[in-house]
Amino acid sequence: MIDASAVEVARLQFALTALFHFIFVPLTLGLSFLLAIMESLYVLTQKQVYQDMTKFWGKLFGINFALGVTTGLTMEFQFGTNWAYYSHYVGDIFGVPLAIEGLTAFFLESTLIGLFFFGWQRLSQRQHLSVTWLVALGSNLSALWILIANAWMQNPVGADFNYETMRMEMTSFSEVFFNPVAQVKFVHTVASGYVTGAMFVLGISSWYLLKKRDVPFARRSFAIAASFGTASILSVIILGDESGYELGDVQQAKLAAIEAEWETHEPPAAFTVIGWPDQDAEKTHFALRVPYVLGIIATRSVTEPVLGIADLKKLHEARIRKGIVAYGLLQKLREEGVTEETTQAFEAVKKDLGYGLLLKQDVPDVVSATEADIAAAVDRSIPDVLPLFLAFRLMVGCGLIMLFVFLAAFYQSTKHNIGASRWLLKLAVISIPLPWIAAESGWIVAEMGRQPWSIGEILPTHLSVSNLAAADVWSSLIAIVLFYTGLFIVEMYLMVHFVRKGPSSLGTGRYHFENQAKASGAGQ
Amino acid sequence: MITDYETLKMIWWALVGVLLIGFALTDGFDMGVGALLPVIGKEDLDRRIMINSIGPHWEGNQVWFVTAGGALFAAWPMVYASAFSGLYTALIITLLALFMRPVGFDYRSKQDSVRWRNNWDWALFAGSVVPPIIFGVAFGNLFLGLPFHFDSFLRPSYEGGLLGLLTPFPLVVGVLSLAMLVMHGAAWLCLKTAADLRARSVKAVTVAGLATSALYGICGLWLLLSISGYQIVTMPDPNLYTDPLVKTVLTGEGSWFTNYNTWPVLWFVPLLGLLMPLLASVLVTRGKDNLGFFASCMGVAGIIASAGIALFPFVMPSSFNPNQSLTLWDATSSALTLNIMLMVAMVFVPTVLGYTLWSYYKMWGRLDQAHIENNSHSLY
Repeated sequence: MIDASAVEVARLQFALTALFHFIFVPLTLGLSFLLAIMESLYVLTQKQVYQDMTKFWGKLFGINFALGVTTGLTMEFQFGTNWAYYSHYVGDIFGVPLAIEGLTAFFLESTLIGLFFFGWQRLSQRQHLSVTWLVALGSNLSALWILIANAWMQNPVGADFNYETMRMEMTSFSEVFFNPVAQVKFVHTVASGYVTGAMFVLGISSWYLLKKRDVPFARRSFAIAASFGTASILSVIILGDESGYELGDVQQAKLAAIEAEWETHEPPAAFTVIGWPDQDAEKTHFALRVPYVLGIIATRSVTEPVLGIADLKKLHEARIRKGIVAYGLLQKLREEGVTEETTQAFEAVKKDLGYGLLLKQDVPDVVSATEADIAAAVDRSIPDVLPLFLAFRLMVGCGLIMLFVFLAAFYQSTKHNIGASRWLLKLAVISIPLPWIAAESGWIVAEMGRQPWSIGEILPTHLSVSNLAAADVWSSLIAIVLFYTGLFIVEMYLMVHFVRKGPSSLGTGRYHFENQAKASGAGQ
Repeated sequence: MITDYETLKMIWWALVGVLLIGFALTDGFDMGVGALLPVIGKEDLDRRIMINSIGPHWEGNQVWFVTAGGALFAAWPMVYASAFSGLYTALIITLLALFMRPVGFDYRSKQDSVRWRNNWDWALFAGSVVPPIIFGVAFGNLFLGLPFHFDSFLRPSYEGGLLGLLTPFPLVVGVLSLAMLVMHGAAWLCLKTAADLRARSVKAVTVAGLATSALYGICGLWLLLSISGYQIVTMPDPNLYTDPLVKTVLTGEGSWFTNYNTWPVLWFVPLLGLLMPLLASVLVTRGKDNLGFFASCMGVAGIIASAGIALFPFVMPSSFNPNQSLTLWDATSSALTLNIMLMVAMVFVPTVLGYTLWSYYKMWGRLDQAHIENNSHSLY
């Protein structure tokens, strides 16, 4: 028997640990590339400042990377500890990208990161530069495999249910790999990581410029971050739009919830810029709409409709009814033995089995579901509209502000005018948190929009959990939150400490605080 | 593509073993070094040398652990699901301990304060001592069987808690596991340190090596004399699909030594586990550090492999319902998944080994106090 409150706690634990992990991941993705670019400039120009830049931003990279690795361990454990039935049900597919990630990407990144930090004197310039590029490549490949796994949860292609083993099994690896959702998500996510790295370097460099400290160092960092950031934010926005298109195809309920499309409208659908969705009343208060835009984003046409929530519910109801039949047949196959007739009947309806399993939350014996149970399951088949609607707009809003900051910074760099406008420097400093806000909101949209499924239309979230008492999950959640809070405080303390010290922390004798010390030493 | 499902299952049993041994050989010496921090690291500088001896390698080493977990998920999803959810509290404690390592290594020397550094030393100590003990206790419990079972939809349940795991035999295996990794860590330190610190490392190899051999011998005798094994009586053709609910298993009679009795040549594996730790101490005492570390590797590999062979074909015996024990025949993924992963492993395990060896080669050599002092800003 599944403990319903354990499901909620397990979800909370997953959400918190995943969001926490993703504080560190995007900075790793972005900074690793920026480090590789800086070091390439060093090897090409042989200017010392570029090596110092690589080492200083590398130090901050290291502080961040340690917590990325730490919090990643939790993610690896968590599927097995808290989501045992999920692990059994889809391990045949989902485990594969995770294992391949370890072998092809995480090994590369982690083995070479040691040489990045410790190998400056042991490797030739070219060797060290290759190491840095391979670290960047490894971290990005890592993201690729994880997003292939995640995309399969959203859009489970290349797999089929096997009643003999009671699980989903892979039928085509290439379909899993070339899952269109995965391709779009990968580029959108890594590009948002590049934006994070760029905003981090841009904001901190701007702060040095405002303080008039280590100006040549800060200017060069600013210029690199501005151009890298501009290219990245453009790809994030374009690919984000592309993922809107993919959503329209495979995850209509998510799209309808993000847009609070209660009814199907005459195409092309209008885009609701802002408003306050009310799920019980099924309408959006204070809505501000722009005609045509949603229809064009989601269908790339002006004639195809975007399905509204009311119509989706009708479709879901029909599938739930077929799902009940599928469940009954599966029970017969598992408990009464296999006959040709049952097998054939089951194969015909098994694509709706997941919808039948949706009922299990209220009725353990799905076949005895009442009309009221079915109606409740239909309501549950639509994700929560309000958080999706708001989180999506928060993400897009942050993205647009960052676009402006990067374009302005890039314009100044091309005019060789970095630091001329103090307002831009100040804006860059206060924009530092924006990429994180956008990324976390993006994940809230992606994963809350997947509800009530852990695997889209295949396995409901509430069935995926381990058979654990809520108290067990609460204790682990509290313990992890306490540890994470402590680690986060330490991390922020070190980060701020080294940012304040700036490149003087390298101990080269070339930077602000060291010069100051020398000057005051000479004065005495 | 290997079309024979049975062979494929065997290969994956061996590959999971390789990954586990890879984890113990690499991440294992990191943990041993961490456990030795307060024991042989007398001053801050000593402890910095010890930490920097693994500084360039611990992140890569830890990936053996992550990859072994991933491979378990992909190759034996039922084992991953039942073991991780069943041993819930033990695994959460392991996880909390593991948190201490990446941050400990990276943050410890970033502040020049005695209190800061001492606190991190203890955190690193805990992060290095707790996981080996828990892994050992878990391994020990496999021989007794774990109280899990499945319903007809293959949802696993576990009837028991943390305290049920803490019986005498598994606890001794836990201590053995710690002793083994301490020996291994000390053998690594013999390679990487000089002067007094090296002398203390030699002593540590001797003490831990003796303890490892003795405890290993005791566990073997214990297993032989008073713990009964599991035996499959009937099971479906291993070339067919996998379903752990349709075999019959006998327990209470027989022993975990059946495989050794059937194929006596296998005795050389436990013999490695028994003798190599002793040989490692002899070798490092005579100044043959490279060979000593190699002997330590062979000892660790022998001990882990001997446990796997004894359990074969069981992976996770169930004491609650022996018929539902998980074996390498019925807890595996589909043939397609095993094949794909095999191809990836055949290309990438050698690649990984290649660049890992290159990184060790590049960072080879002993660390001394002068080296730490001259590079204070860039080292751990």
